Parts: sequence; structure tokens; C-alpha cells
Amino acid sequence: MPKFTLRINKKTHRIDIDADTPLLWVLRDELGYTGTKYGCGRGLCGACTIHVDGEATRSCMTAVDNVDGAEITTIEGLSIDNSHPIQKSWISEEVSQCGYCQPGQIMTAAALLDRNADPDDEDIDSAMKMNLCRCGTYDRIRKAIHLAAKEQK
Amino acid sequence: MSQGYSRRDFLKVSSVAGAGLIIGVVLPYKHRLVAAGLVDQTFDPNVWISIHPDNTITIFAAKSEMGQHIRTSLPMIVAEELEADWSQVRVAQADAHPDKYGSQGTGGSGSIRRSFTRLRKAGAAGREMLIQAAANKWNVSPKNCRAESGTVIHLSTGNSFTFGELVETASELQVPENPVLKNPKDFKLIGNAMPGLDTPSRVSGAAIFGVDVQVPDMVYATVLRCPTFGGKIKSFNRKKAMKINGVLDVYEIDEGVAVVGKNTWAVIKGQRALEPKWDHGDFLSWDSTRIKNMMEEKSTGKAVIAREDGDLTSLNGDEKIEVQYEVPFTSHATMEPMNCVAHVKKNSCEIWAPTQSPQRVQTTAANALGIDTKDVIVHITMLGGGFGRRLWADFVTDAIQVSQKSKKPVKLMWTREDDMGHDFFRPTSIHKLSATLSNQHELTSWTHRVIAPSISGQMAPERFKDGQLDRSAVNGASNIPYDISNVLVDYIMANTRVPVGWWRSVYNSQNAFANEGFIDELAQKSGIDPYQFRLNLLKNAPRHLGVLRLAAEKANWGKKMAKRQGMGIALHESFGSWAAHVIEVTVTKKGELSIDKIVAAVDCGLVVNPDGVKAQMESAIVYGLTSALKGLITIEKGAVAQSNFHEFELLRIDEMPEVEVYIVKSAEPPGGAGEPGLPPVAPAVTNAIFAAIGKRIRSLPIKLKDLKV
Ligand code: FES
Ligand code: FES
Repeated sequence: MPKFTLRINKKTHRIDIDADTPLLWVLRDELGYTGTKYGCGRGLCGACTIHVDGEATRSCMTAVDNVDGAEITTIEGLSIDNSHPIQKSWISEEVSQCGYCQPGQIMTAAALLDRNADPDDEDIDSAMKMNLCRCGTYDRIRKAIHLAAKEQK
Repeated sequence: MSQGYSRRDFLKVSSVAGAGLIIGVVLPYKHRLVAAGLVDQTFDPNVWISIHPDNTITIFAAKSEMGQHIRTSLPMIVAEELEADWSQVRVAQADAHPDKYGSQGTGGSGSIRRSFTRLRKAGAAGREMLIQAAANKWNVSPKNCRAESGTVIHLSTGNSFTFGELVETASELQVPENPVLKNPKDFKLIGNAMPGLDTPSRVSGAAIFGVDVQVPDMVYATVLRCPTFGGKIKSFNRKKAMKINGVLDVYEIDEGVAVVGKNTWAVIKGQRALEPKWDHGDFLSWDSTRIKNMMEEKSTGKAVIAREDGDLTSLNGDEKIEVQYEVPFTSHATMEPMNCVAHVKKNSCEIWAPTQSPQRVQTTAANALGIDTKDVIVHITMLGGGFGRRLWADFVTDAIQVSQKSKKPVKLMWTREDDMGHDFFRPTSIHKLSATLSNQHELTSWTHRVIAPSISGQMAPERFKDGQLDRSAVNGASNIPYDISNVLVDYIMANTRVPVGWWRSVYNSQNAFANEGFIDELAQKSGIDPYQFRLNLLKNAPRHLGVLRLAAEKANWGKKMAKRQGMGIALHESFGSWAAHVIEVTVTKKGELSIDKIVAAVDCGLVVNPDGVKAQMESAIVYGLTSALKGLITIEKGAVAQSNFHEFELLRIDEMPEVEVYIVKSAEPPGGAGEPGLPPVAPAVTNAIFAAIGKRIRSLPIKLKDLKV
């Protein structure tokens, strides 16, 4: 079986696995990073969003051999203590309901804030609209992103 | 195991003792157990509370957490009466138990309203015992002591003990049977927006959902079911699936073909390699059109009466209006697909499940394995959404069968496709309505015939074999609040093979759409403003009036709208609460619809956690919008036509309107919060579309309608 070197949350993991295995399942089943969620397996929901070299990426659509050596960040690595501005605003706005989609929402929002320090509603819509939330937390997601941007200033 | 007490004995003792509401913990036993070092000294006045010497308090939540923040609200109720300091409260999830906690079923928007008093009493009993313990220690009268913020204070001296310091003494006292409850005006926690106890773990990724459970030596499994309802597997390519790296075994279980493997990806690939041949059975020739035709045919047949007031035959002179409303099947589509971890052992079984029905899981496993329920341990994980789907235990049965056969702990995962194809869907329905208006525009009669598959009939076919009344199916139809002298509501059961189930707000979602759409039509016919028309008919329904007025006021009902914009209103009572929405929409010349703003009012009695209620209203509104606008399940060749989110669409953030929620201040007993916000959504939208462009929509979802005018 092929061997891969994965840099996840600043740690290096060596792993033997089929090259076509989506990063999602490597993270969840092999390495115990269960914060990244499965929702559709087809790039349709965003629950599995992580950062690959800083870009919001669907881990269910990313085969492990595409990220050999890349810098990967999962929700567990965004901060160790919920101190990322997005996590802080998520807490103060009480965004989460069931919470299942939220790691994906947070990772998408964090990547948005990295490239756009002051997103307007349209920027938020276009960055976030591929992240589904069945509990309907969209209104609070929008507020929390605005709040994080404000706090960051 | 000194002194002959095993942990098992202790559990036996405490579960027997736990049968009552507030258990008198069998203290002599507990003392000896503590002395024997078998348990830590804690003060457990009842099954809900455990106070530790380090001054932390564990409060047990016996309802499932699926986003309604119940693991915050329930502890708030206990902590309020206990006079605990919120910072010392921890929540622990109660495992399933047949009777220790009463029903652990989480549904019907019932968690707070059905446990409010019981949990208050539990907290109050603990408080009284802690006060007594402190009084004993000081050798003073308990009347001279008060509990406050996790301490007991002696009023004359100002001396105080923390709860933690009282653990040992309190444990020796008798549990009071009728503790005195606080006066609600003294509530400090209840009524305040408390931060969710589970909020940090949901933001850090640490929250453990069913899919996240890992146990040593665990294998993974998928189960492929026949897409056609009632169909069975004929053959499959076991060899090909076994060739997939990581696949350990492939075999048939009751509901389909299980693929067992070393990780999720292996079993997904294994499932895709199966090349199944199905014996589809007789439902293959069914599709949505045929189901609708069947329902239409039945609609003129024998109906069972759910409500009959006055006399419908005496209204000959009045103008009669007849309409038909239709609602399709729709799916729960929880973001976390169905899953379960099960470990079947020799004479016992351990289960980790995201379930709304812990006790159903327990009995399902016990029956399947032929063992006692007490030998089935069920741990309840976080639920990635429930909405009624997780009241069923079909996914648990899969997991048990695979674990039994593979002799290993197993994580059973449904793919999104499995989940969407094998839901218990919100029943489709047809609503035949008629009404008469006198020439003074007075609504003189109302009839509503509901034709729909019955959830109860599906569960107990024998009991409903002659189409007996399924009360649930006319929920929201038989209890229309409007003051009308002549009313007839009846029901015709129209079952199909498509599994149906309790979908957020159950039949209220269909019936409210019919009621509130039709009442709007009657207002229009009468030439009366739809808000005013409702007001006129609600003189004897104060709580309906309350939410209706509040929503209309806050939305500035009647304000001038631009061309192609409209405002719609609707209200509904369900699960012990009242909700009214005013929705603003725009319809462009091209027929594109946008939902601009929703003003919602809710009266759910006394509110425990206002931010929780607000969030549940927002959530029910989005869920309701999804089903009103697009979430559609259709049947083709006896199977669900939609497989994933590209076909079953959910509302997205760019379609999300501004939402304002207003809560009626009330001291009435608590009502439900999770569902009541949903039923008025669809009719408020279609009524708004009518106001905008004069087009009346009587069937869902709206995306199938041409709104070009
Ligand atoms: S699981 Fe990756 S986008 Fe849905
Ligand atoms: S919070 Fe439940 S799916 Fe988004």
C-alpha cells in the first residue's frame, strides 16, 4: 500500500492507505480527527470542510494522494482553546444548534476571513452558500461572521 | 469487592429505588458502598442530581440533545430550584433505562413541558436537604438558613457552607416528598438566556455524535437496501466486493446486504461494488402520480368524522367555495445520516446511538437478541439533527445484526443515499376544503377532508384496518380555532408502501397549510383584509389573538409595499404553543421569488431559556421554508427519486431572509418550542405570494410553480 506523509494541524503523520481514500475518512477513521464531518460524500454540503494550504477544501472530494505534504488544518487545529475569532463569535452568537454542520461552517468562515477581513453580506453569501445547515442557523452564521470581522479590527 | 457488595448489586439497588419520582436513595447501602470504596461519596437526592465534594454538581439529562439545547434547559430547571450556581453545574447524559427517568423519548416538543414540574421538585428536594444538613451542622433551625448560589447561609451569623461541604451530612437525610417550589417571580436562571453548556464542544469539534464513536477493535459496516419499498435482494456480487482492500465480509441481513470492513471508505466502495439484483416486488409499478390518483379515488369514499359542529345542510342560500390543497412527501435529511455503534456480547449488548428514543433502542435490541432490557446498555450520543427521524430504531437493528454476525463491535454507517432513500417520510396529503359565505360576508360553514397515509396505521395495521380515525392525521385540522357555527372535519386513510413518520410538527405542517391558505382565500372573497378577517373570527381564542396581533404589529401589517411585493400572514397552534408569522416576499417579472423578511410571534407559556426558544423558532422557520419552497421527495418505480442534496435541496444562506422572533410574555405552563414555529411558514409564504402577484398556490413545493405573471 502506498505511504503518505500528512501534515495535519502542524503534526506529521505517516500513513499507509489506498491512494483514492478521501482525506475525510483518513482524518476520521485513521487519525481520530472526528471533528470533520460526513454529510453527503459528494461535495454538496460542506460538512467536511478543512483547510489545505489555507484554502477551504472539501475533504470528501480530496483523495489522500493529492495532499501528500500539504499543510492541512482541521477544526481541531483552528485553535486549541476556541480562541479563533470565528470560534469566539460563534460562541457569543450561540450559532450552533445540533452542531453537526458547524465544523464545516467554521472552517469555511475562517478561510473567508483570512482573505477578506471585512466581508459584506454578499461576500458571506458567496463564500458560505455551499455549506448546508439543516437546523437553519444561517442568520446567526451571518451575524457571527460580521462580529468576528469587527472584533478582529 | 469487599463486604460482598458488587457494583452490580449497587446498580440493582439504585435502579429499584429509582422507580419512584424522587427516590429515597437507599442510604444504608450507599454508606457501606462508600465505606467499601466502591463508589465515591456524593450527594444524590434523586436520579437527576449528583453533588460532589469538590462542589461541582452533575445534572442528568434524560432527553436527547439534537440542537434544541435541552442539555442546557433541563439543568437550568433543576439548578434553579436547587439554588445552584450555574458555574458549578455540569451536564451528564443519562443512559437508557426502562423506568428510572420516565420516558426518555424526545419528541412532540415535549421535553420541557413534560418534565418541568418533575425537575423542579427534584431540585427543590435537594435544596431542602442541603439546608437541613447545614442547619444540623450548625445546630440551628433550617428556617434560619437560606440556599443561594451553591451555598447555604445561616441568616443570623452569615456563616455559610458550600454545597460540596454538605455532601456527607445531606446524604444521611430523608428525601422530602413534597418539597416547596420557588415562587416563579424569584427565578434567577429560568427566563434568562443562558449560554449553552454544549456550545464550546460544538465549536471546537470535540462534540461526539454517533458517527464519531470509536470503540476498541471496532469494524465498520454499510447496509444496502432495496431501493423499491418492500423489495428484497435476489443476488449480489460478493466476490467483487470482497476484493476491495479493507473489506472483511459481505453477507445478507434482514434489510439488505451488509458490507463489513476496516474503515468507512472500504465499506462504501464495497457497497458500490455489489452489483445487486433485486426482487422489487409489487410496489415497482408505483410512482407519485399513481399515489396521487389512488388518493383522489379514495377521496370520494367513506370518511371518518373527526369533528362535527352544527348542521351543514341548512346553508343553501350561501355562496359555496371549494378548493383543494396538496402536500408532497418530504424527507427529514438530518445532516448526520443514520448510524449506530453496537457491540453484541455473550448475554448482553452495548450500544452508542444518536437516538430520540433510547428506550425503543433498548427494547429493540433486547427483543432482537432475546435478552433482558437490563442487559442492554444504551449510551446516547449527540444527535446531528433529529426532527422525528431518530424516533425510529431501524438503523440500530442493522448494527445489532452485523455485530452479532461478525462477533465484533461495529460502527454501522448509512451513506447519504441510504438515508435519503429510506427515511420515514412526512406523509403526502390531499385536503378537500369547502366553506360558505353569507351575503354579509359571514363565514357560515367550513369543511375539511384530509386524505393521507397514516403513521399509526402503518405501525398498527390491525388496529386501523378499516380506516379508523387516526387522530394525529387531523391534528391542526379538527381544532381550527375560528369561530364558525357549522364545521365538518373528516379523514380518509390512504396508505402506500412508502414508509411515513413523524416529521417536525407531524400532520400540523400539512393541515396548517390547508387551513391558513383557505382562510386567506375566504378573506379575499369577502373583500376583507386577511389579518382583520382572522381577528373577527378569533374573538374567543385569546392566545391565538395574542400571537396574531403581536406578529402583525411588529411587522407593521398593512404598510405600503412596492409593486410585486407582498405580505402574508398565518397562524397555528401546536404542541401546546401558538405561533404566527408575517412574511414579506418579492416576485420578479421573471417569476423569481425571494423571501425578504419573516416576523414571528410565539406564545409557548413560561419560557425557560429565551434564546433557546428564539433559536428553535428560527430553525423551524428555515425547516418550514425548505419544505415550502423546494424540499421534495417523489416516488419513481416504487423508490425515492432523490438521492442526495443536489436533488433534495435545502435552503441556503443566500436565500435566508431576515428573521425577527418575538416571544409573548406568559406565566402559563411551558409549551413546546421545537415544532410550533413550522406550520405557519408555508401558508404565510403562499399568502404573501398572492398579495404580491395575485396568484394562489395550493400545492407544494413552490419551486414547481410558474410565478410569471
Ligand atoms: S461531506 Fe463533503 S461536501 Fe458533504
Ligand atoms: S447546526 Fe445542525 S445542521 Fe447545522
